[in-house]
Amino acid sequence: MTHPTDRVRRHGRRSSPARAGAREPVGALRRTGLTAVRLALIGIFVAGLTAFVPSGAQAAEDAGERIFGTLQTSVSGPIEGVSVEVAEASGAEVDTVETDEQGRWSVDLPGPGQYTVTVDADDLPEGVTLNGDPSRTVTVDEGRDQGVLIGLNDGSRNAGGGTIRWVELLVSGLRFGLLIAMAAIGLSLIFGTTGLVNFAHGELVTIGAIVAWFINVGAGVPLIAAALLAMLVGAGIGALNELALWRPLRRRGTGLVAALVISIGLSLLLRYLYQVIYGGRSNAFADYRGQRTVDYGAFSMTNKDLTSMIVALVVLVLVAVMLQRTTIGKAMRAVSDNRDLAASSGIDVNRVILVVWMVGGALAALGGVLLGLSDEVQWDMGFRLLLLMFAGVTLGGLGTAYGALVGSIVVGVFVQMSTLVIPNDMKYVGGLLLLIVILIVRPQGILGSRARIG
Amino acid sequence: MAELLDALAVALKAGIGFQAVFFALLAIGLNIQFGYTGLLNFGQIAFAMLGGYGIAISVAQWGLPFWVGVLIGIAAAVVLALLLGIPTLRLRADYLAIATIAAAEGLRLTFRSVSATPITAGTRGLSGFSDPFVELAPWDTARRYSILGTRWSGADLWVTLVGWLLVALACLLVWLLVRSPWGRVVKSIREDEDAVRALGKNVYVYKMQALVLGGVLGALGGMIYAVGTASATPDQYQNANTFLAYAALILGGAARVLGPVIGAMLLYFIIQFADTGLRTLIGNGVIPENLLSATDVAQIRFVIIGLGLILLLIFRPQGIFGDRREVMLDAR
Repeated sequence: MTHPTDRVRRHGRRSSPARAGAREPVGALRRTGLTAVRLALIGIFVAGLTAFVPSGAQAAEDAGERIFGTLQTSVSGPIEGVSVEVAEASGAEVDTVETDEQGRWSVDLPGPGQYTVTVDADDLPEGVTLNGDPSRTVTVDEGRDQGVLIGLNDGSRNAGGGTIRWVELLVSGLRFGLLIAMAAIGLSLIFGTTGLVNFAHGELVTIGAIVAWFINVGAGVPLIAAALLAMLVGAGIGALNELALWRPLRRRGTGLVAALVISIGLSLLLRYLYQVIYGGRSNAFADYRGQRTVDYGAFSMTNKDLTSMIVALVVLVLVAVMLQRTTIGKAMRAVSDNRDLAASSGIDVNRVILVVWMVGGALAALGGVLLGLSDEVQWDMGFRLLLLMFAGVTLGGLGTAYGALVGSIVVGVFVQMSTLVIPNDMKYVGGLLLLIVILIVRPQGILGSRARIG
Repeated sequence: MAELLDALAVALKAGIGFQAVFFALLAIGLNIQFGYTGLLNFGQIAFAMLGGYGIAISVAQWGLPFWVGVLIGIAAAVVLALLLGIPTLRLRADYLAIATIAAAEGLRLTFRSVSATPITAGTRGLSGFSDPFVELAPWDTARRYSILGTRWSGADLWVTLVGWLLVALACLLVWLLVRSPWGRVVKSIREDEDAVRALGKNVYVYKMQALVLGGVLGALGGMIYAVGTASATPDQYQNANTFLAYAALILGGAARVLGPVIGAMLLYFIIQFADTGLRTLIGNGVIPENLLSATDVAQIRFVIIGLGLILLLIFRPQGIFGDRREVMLDAR
């Protein structure tokens, strides 16, 4: 979709910022990753979780029931001298004890039944507060040593299980960002090589998820094989896009704006066609359902989420290596840098664009499968993601592959972490707001050059 | 055959009903922005939503008079246009496109979010704000009237009439504007921004004026729609509507005063005819139920619009009335 008057774009020098940014994403990742690990170490804090405290001798002599726990946080360490009162359901006090230097306490019980454990909040050291109610009612079965969890807050985290909320959000933001990045690299490369702002790119994401769903649920093929097939289909549809629509249009000299509106028509057409074929429901894949979250200390996540993060990371590194090292990757960067110069130095521009479409389609499809794995498959999932992809691509710098990577991760993290201050159902709004702020502050994006914004 | 005539009558009514007015006003706004100035506003529906909710919130929630609500709606649209225009109008055309579509989706999500419920009533939406307007009708709005074989409620008739009056005024305004020096500058910006700048015109200000004006027309469209349906829910203002308005504009012919109006009428006629026709055919068993069910028909209309948009832009970008030379659009 290049146009004679579009000189600014075509002759814009973008090679150096693109190259300079090559190491950036990995570095940024490592930094955030390291921070997460450090915080995880600091943040691990157990309140009454160390249930294996009693010594063997004690356990042997007790045939009866006992109730015990530990009070400690990561910042204060074990808390000594807090009085813990245990009472029967009727309200009669059984015993009141103080925690020892390791923060432990235990009370022998007269028999099985319901007991109420109350912690004296006044005994807690400065900065440590109770997570909610100071008392807890537990049922003790016959012959059991019952551990009691009393949640404490030392200010290093928000209320909740064993995880730190913002670390949790950071990690899930990284995951979301990697998914956006995977889908957005194609969008950015297509813009870079052809100038087309492809509003139908979200539909490539959706088709990946839908094809994988039909193969996985309908035909009973394992999800991994289904995902690979979906990537093939995505690449095929990308190629079809280029060969059947965009290449003929380029040959006709269709303007950029006309092409943009055509891509919107295509997006409408495909999106609602998906709804007719797939239906308006959202469905999960047949595999990896209902996984429990695994606790990593400061954050917890399901194995499938962890796997999709790793898959996304590996794929993105492979794409970076391809762009940096292989002939076709170099050709892609050359074409998006300066199309005419690339053509005159013997690069088959149309072939490069075709490969870009195929790679973009396959990556978008894989992104769709991974997104469907965590959020279920829906007919308009790609379109909803599209706006965040735009945010990421614009943030990173329109047309640069590495920019799309960095920008998307920032957008993903921002969207997830914004739920710390805004309600969960408005988190996408935060991402879209970020997009508008970027346009005010730095319209060329982090890695883009000034020249191309016209 | 009788069913076909019925479908035609329904479609005819839709083609002149308040929904057509809604799209006509959106498309007239887009015509100023896109057709004459070359701005890509992909969030026109956000302006309509602010217009509709401007009335709904003012009247139903704050208890203000109806006309104050109208002013608030218009003011909100102006503010949105300024907010979106200030950062993006100095940049390439596609930046405005991305920012506006993001704003439209963001606003819709905000209006339907749980935390906005005290003001916008969330996904349930607001109603009961249109009575002060309907009461102004010079005839009995509770009765039903029959015009040219189509049946109308008195309220619908009143809203539609006022709507078409607005459309006529908007067209008059556009006609006067494009013949004025302002119109010539704006059209030259579309053709060659740098040349206009070289002539000493402040391109940025002209673009901003076009954006604000088009946005206000969109807000008026949203008001007609809200009053016509007597309710305002966030999901009435889906992003796809912006593109329906684009389809109407391009079908009628961009950069023509009456292009968007004819386009909107025709578009809504086609949509409704396809809708009713398909439902009838499915009901008759002409189209087997397992190929296409009645619930899918609502989606098929968007499929048709999408396909129509593609084909129009490829084979007849000037639409019905347009001048091909005027719509050889390109990004700057």
